[in-house]
Amino acid sequence: MIRMIRYATALLLLLLPITALAMTAEEVARKSQEAYFYQGKDFKSRVLMRLISKGGQERTRELAMIRKSYGEPGGEQKFFMYFFQPADVKDMTFMVYKYPSKDSDRWLFIPSVNMVRRIAASDKTSSFVGSDFTYEDVSGRNLRDDGYELVKEEKNGDKDCFVLKSTPKAGDMDYNYRLSWIDKGTFLPLKEEYYDKKGEIYKKFSSDEIKDIKGFPTMTKRTMENVNSGHVTKVEYLSADYNIGVEDTLFSERYLKQPPKKLFGEDK
Amino acid sequence: MKRLRLFFYFIMAMVANLSAAYAYDVSIHGFLQGDYSVNTHYSSPNGGDFKLAEERIQLKLDASQDPFHVFIKGDAYVDHVNTGYGLQIREGYVDYTASKWDLRLGRQVFTWGVGDMVFINDIFPKDYDALFSGKPLEYMKKGIDAAKIGIYPSFASFELIATPFFTPNHYPDAQRFWMYDPMSSITDRDRAEPSASLKHTELAVRAYREIAGVDVSLYFYRGFSREPVMVPDNMMMPTKLTTTYPELSVYGISLQGKLLDGVVSAEAGYHDSRQNRDGSDPFIPNSNVRFLVGYQYQMWEDFTAGTQYYGQYMCRYSDYLKNLPGGYPQEDQLYSLLSIRLTQMLVHQTLKLSLFSFWNPTDRDYFINPETKYNFTDHVWAAVGANIFGGAKNWTQFGQFSKNDNIYVQVRYEF
Repeated sequence: MIRMIRYATALLLLLLPITALAMTAEEVARKSQEAYFYQGKDFKSRVLMRLISKGGQERTRELAMIRKSYGEPGGEQKFFMYFFQPADVKDMTFMVYKYPSKDSDRWLFIPSVNMVRRIAASDKTSSFVGSDFTYEDVSGRNLRDDGYELVKEEKNGDKDCFVLKSTPKAGDMDYNYRLSWIDKGTFLPLKEEYYDKKGEIYKKFSSDEIKDIKGFPTMTKRTMENVNSGHVTKVEYLSADYNIGVEDTLFSERYLKQPPKKLFGEDK
Repeated sequence: MKRLRLFFYFIMAMVANLSAAYAYDVSIHGFLQGDYSVNTHYSSPNGGDFKLAEERIQLKLDASQDPFHVFIKGDAYVDHVNTGYGLQIREGYVDYTASKWDLRLGRQVFTWGVGDMVFINDIFPKDYDALFSGKPLEYMKKGIDAAKIGIYPSFASFELIATPFFTPNHYPDAQRFWMYDPMSSITDRDRAEPSASLKHTELAVRAYREIAGVDVSLYFYRGFSREPVMVPDNMMMPTKLTTTYPELSVYGISLQGKLLDGVVSAEAGYHDSRQNRDGSDPFIPNSNVRFLVGYQYQMWEDFTAGTQYYGQYMCRYSDYLKNLPGGYPQEDQLYSLLSIRLTQMLVHQTLKLSLFSFWNPTDRDYFINPETKYNFTDHVWAAVGANIFGGAKNWTQFGQFSKNDNIYVQVRYEF
């Protein structure tokens, strides 16, 4: 009996590394979400977005974004954003309470009339400040909204990647499914392709730079391209930091109206 | 022109001084703007074709050195309709911020409540002339010279506002707008605003917090109505009219939360007309209860639809009827106003098509404001819109404006 247990244990130990390698599609999706949207207790970044039209006309959005996570990865998060550019939205602030299983709460502060209002917007289809990124691209998509499948494993550049296929269950998205090349080391998506109902690529995402910040691999440059319109959005973190000790009170009407600008860095 | 130049030098000198003192935290922004509005059907009462034709420059100075913060927003403008120019300090205040409270002293703008273009607990001054002649929306709010204290204990937040200086609403100007005047034959007119004295200090308080995912606010106000009333010197043979602002207190509540993927808003307030509680004075409004409910929903990408019902119920209506002089238009006990707002953003949110409309089902009058706004670059935008009024009677809120339809253009370079 004892011998049998010993054999069984040995067998299990032998199997263990194999099971760890053979992650399920759901596990890959969960680990990727964790790496992309939930690293650190809190996160602060100065974000520069360049919206470039097919004709080459460029518009700039610059904002400070602060995120705080509550509970387990995949749980509730709060976001606070302060806009530096363009001039007509300067000093606007925007706050989001994001929940794992329902639409977010959002508040917008309009400084010219000193007014805070809730705004109605769907996370799924709304463009973030007119860019090629949606709100979900910025703050993450609920894992339960998609079905997952590991299509293959292959290299993207010199990185070993899982190729994950995510198919929205509700069919309420612009795309039919998307393919993500997820780095086996960092679990960050290095490349994504969005396929429309006809099975053709209509949106492409690429990670352009990953830096180590306080031990967290962080995507500091990324691009989203709309293949049909030729419109491209390039996002760059001018600065980024983790675990800075963001207070809960920041996410309040008080600070929406009187944003603590020191926290966001210099006004350039 | 000399004043303009002085103003500019003054701002520049301040920036230079402040920059030297607090090298890292001073910013200056602003815009150049042109606003033009043309009558579409009738010339203005003064014979002109324009409701509005002006250029202005706005400078916003922002400086902070913890725990203080200074903000000044000043406009200098040239007005071609009234052929003049002028300066306005639209906002100008100092902030002091502590961890659990803060203080703001000076000219400041407040927006309270959850209504869309209707105001129940927002008793702060508005500029309807700006609204109806097609200025950008921010010009609808006027600043007041006040002290505001914010207190933020963990269980709720509070705003306390006090001002001894009365600021009335700004209504459309009779030179440029056709309006109903019940006593047009009396030309001897006077104006009596509450004087700037401590005993006339207006007090406004708001307490707010989130309860079960709903933003809840309670409001209190004690001061004066900003809507003028005209009181004749003699009921039988009036020879003179005096514009006054009756004493008013307001007690109210507002709620805003998420419902079925949209945002629902509700607000109510009791307007206690302290000089006419028994409803015997026909020239001062009776006390009334005001309420609204609204819903806003995103129907598809970048398209939002909002709708709202506003009601105003007059207390002591039978006393009002009994005391109403003959020949005066008779108000209904329940005044209702429906509104709709549609907004579509296009071309990466640089083109905005919007439609706002009020409609009163009992008075059968309306206000329609369609607008197209395009951001040519990150610095330049222009908007073209129309203000359209109409109604079955010539004395109702929007019916009286039916000869004032106008088309407007706004152009702004922002820096």
